[in-house]
Amino acid sequence: MSYEFLQILWFILIGVLWVGFYFLEGFDFGVGMLLPFLGKKDEERRAIINTIGSVWDGNEVWLLTAGGATFAAFPQWYATMFSGFYLALFLLLVGLIIRGISFEYRSKDANPAWRNRFDWMIAIGSFLVSLLLGTAFANLAEGVPIDAKMMYTGNLFTLLNPYGLLGGLTTVSIFLVHGANLLSLKLEGDLRERAHALSKKIWIVAVILDLLLVVATYIFTDVYARLGTNPGIVPATAVITLLLTGLFINRKQEGWAFIMTGLSIVFTQITYFMIMFPRVMISNTNPDWSLTIYNASSSQYTLTVMSIIALIFVPIVLAYQGWTYYMFRKRISAKKETLVY
Amino acid sequence: MDPITLSRWQFGLTTVYHFLFVPLTLGMGWFVAYMQTRYYQTKDETFHKMAKFWGKLFLINFAIGVVTGIVQEFQFGMNWSEYSRYVGDIFGAPLAIEALLAFFMESTFMGIWIFGEGRVSEKVHLTSIWLVAISSNLSALLILLANGWMQHPVGYVINQATGRAELVDFFALVTNPKGWLFFGHTIAAGLATASFLILGVSAYHIVRKNNVELFKRSFQLAAIVGLVGSLLVIIDGHSQGQYVYQTQPMKMASIEALWNTEQPASFSVLTIGDLSGKKEIWSLRIPGITSFLACNNFNCAVQGVNDIQTQYQQQYGPGDYIPLMVVTYWAFRFMFLIGFLMAFLTIFFLFALRGNIEKAKWLNWVPWVIVLPYISNMSGWLLTEMGRQPWIVQGLLKVQDAVSPNLTTVDLLISLIGYVVVYGSLAGAMFYLMRKYAIAGPDAAMHESVDVEPALIGAQD
Repeated sequence: MSYEFLQILWFILIGVLWVGFYFLEGFDFGVGMLLPFLGKKDEERRAIINTIGSVWDGNEVWLLTAGGATFAAFPQWYATMFSGFYLALFLLLVGLIIRGISFEYRSKDANPAWRNRFDWMIAIGSFLVSLLLGTAFANLAEGVPIDAKMMYTGNLFTLLNPYGLLGGLTTVSIFLVHGANLLSLKLEGDLRERAHALSKKIWIVAVILDLLLVVATYIFTDVYARLGTNPGIVPATAVITLLLTGLFINRKQEGWAFIMTGLSIVFTQITYFMIMFPRVMISNTNPDWSLTIYNASSSQYTLTVMSIIALIFVPIVLAYQGWTYYMFRKRISAKKETLVY
Repeated sequence: MDPITLSRWQFGLTTVYHFLFVPLTLGMGWFVAYMQTRYYQTKDETFHKMAKFWGKLFLINFAIGVVTGIVQEFQFGMNWSEYSRYVGDIFGAPLAIEALLAFFMESTFMGIWIFGEGRVSEKVHLTSIWLVAISSNLSALLILLANGWMQHPVGYVINQATGRAELVDFFALVTNPKGWLFFGHTIAAGLATASFLILGVSAYHIVRKNNVELFKRSFQLAAIVGLVGSLLVIIDGHSQGQYVYQTQPMKMASIEALWNTEQPASFSVLTIGDLSGKKEIWSLRIPGITSFLACNNFNCAVQGVNDIQTQYQQQYGPGDYIPLMVVTYWAFRFMFLIGFLMAFLTIFFLFALRGNIEKAKWLNWVPWVIVLPYISNMSGWLLTEMGRQPWIVQGLLKVQDAVSPNLTTVDLLISLIGYVVVYGSLAGAMFYLMRKYAIAGPDAAMHESVDVEPALIGAQD
């Protein structure tokens, strides 16, 4: 396998890991943010958590693997991005920590104040991480200040620019719809109806933000120079599937609505990676100082070894994770005896 | 404080904190898997309750290991970007493999184990706890191979064109004896840690005549595993000592406060140093013992700190190559004294179990043994990491050259204080739940998500 082939392969693999993470953990974040608003009684909140209880940790590993794969395949990308986005990532880690621990601890004590505190930590953590991830990817597409030595020269507030924040808010809103769609798919009775009603409302906000993001992407990134007015099928699908979501929500076809938000998230993420390629960190200080898959990658030997390992184990992981979803496909009711988390 | 010092403190604190919870996860997984297997085979309700009760404590502890583990993977890039650039070609691989092989398996099957009882077949449920135990130990192997490479780099060349270290022999990386010695030491320590938690909690309940049959069975199992675990820790530790002697002589000399090369080398029973932690004032020594620790005979030469310092200055240029000896010296002594104490305690417990332990007065004190493995685990970790200073990768890259150059003191103060606050609260919640569930006993743990009223627990206390 040629060196360039391996570099492209690993760019695609890391893209796939991020897309997988967004698709799966996207609904976990949405469910997390909705938790204190949708669940009025304790049993209801537990039912909501039980829809994702058995899978959130496995979904989060997609992020860990994306991080590890970036380290192994593109050490320069890993080093520049992680040190450059230092405080943003610190906040993201805090969000992930308080969310994860709350899933496991909230029902282990009967005190209502204890439970309420952890419920809010789930919501705040999920919101923080969604906002930061969306902001980070918008910045990756837009470009950030990077000097000739591959060093990020901005700070936290450089990332919180209008386009970055719009990317963050759009991600939050789509995750909310995606989460609400999962809840109306997985819950029963009154809760299911409320999740459905909420999904309808948030969908309008998501559509407005997403259309704004499309316009802003033409203004703030170099997508026009690279792809032209008609960007092709992938970004178009991202928008169309989001619009179709509304149709399916109205028809109460919950499965289709969920698939549509999922597809919209997937195609939005692919669009970001298409805007970046073959760059991995775009320098807006000087385009020549951008990190690319060529100057940021590991050696050919390391990429070869990692490719063999990925080839063997990725299908196995996909098989058992898919099997879990199949096994726990039943709806969750808010009856106390059946709840685990 | 400068960013390097703060980054070191942050890495040290977050890593030691993470490692407070990891050994128990590593060891307890095997216990729970074994108990559930016995239940599966015999349908003996006591084994069922045992698996549920110890499994509950396992879960409460496991959650902290998971959430603090993410920080571990991210902070190489966040705080040590120059390290990541210089050795990422090699060091990134075991981390990525750890996520792909171990984390996916661990998290997915943990989900099935927690959520699946009554929903999946008994066989699948049992298999999932075994897969959780295997994958958590597999993850330990991969991260220790990564750490082993930092202690004893193998299978790489320095590429002058790219200006970094690059992997040329993956097989050497995954068969690095340093990593495998760490692995043996760590999983044995994990078994011992879980055993001592079980011993302590069981003693608490036996004294109170609560589920005596269940807790006696647990106590006996833990005494046996605890003995095997602590003996394996000691044997593996002795092999490690000899490997340190060959590969990291400075670490060896600093552990023993051995200033000048000696043959045979003496062992320091007590050395008092000055406030810098690097100079001796007074020392009491036994001849020959350090030679035994280093090369398994009583007569070999062991290099002293001063001689290695001179040699390193010629080899690597001017600088201070001596670790903070007050830490390495005392950490080693705490680690091995407690290790031996644990072995002796389990032998004592096993002898006592031949009679009736239920009325024994000393049983009241046994819950305190829970802290022992925690002190020695932490000491061992500090010893091996601080004994490598000033290197981040032995002989290849110094800590001061590895830090992210763009970070400011303010950045680091925000994150360091943030971690202390978040981790402190986590520890508080975790300790509260552990204590509550340990005291409430097996009947409370039979419900998956427990609605034990606090008052009820107070009544059982």
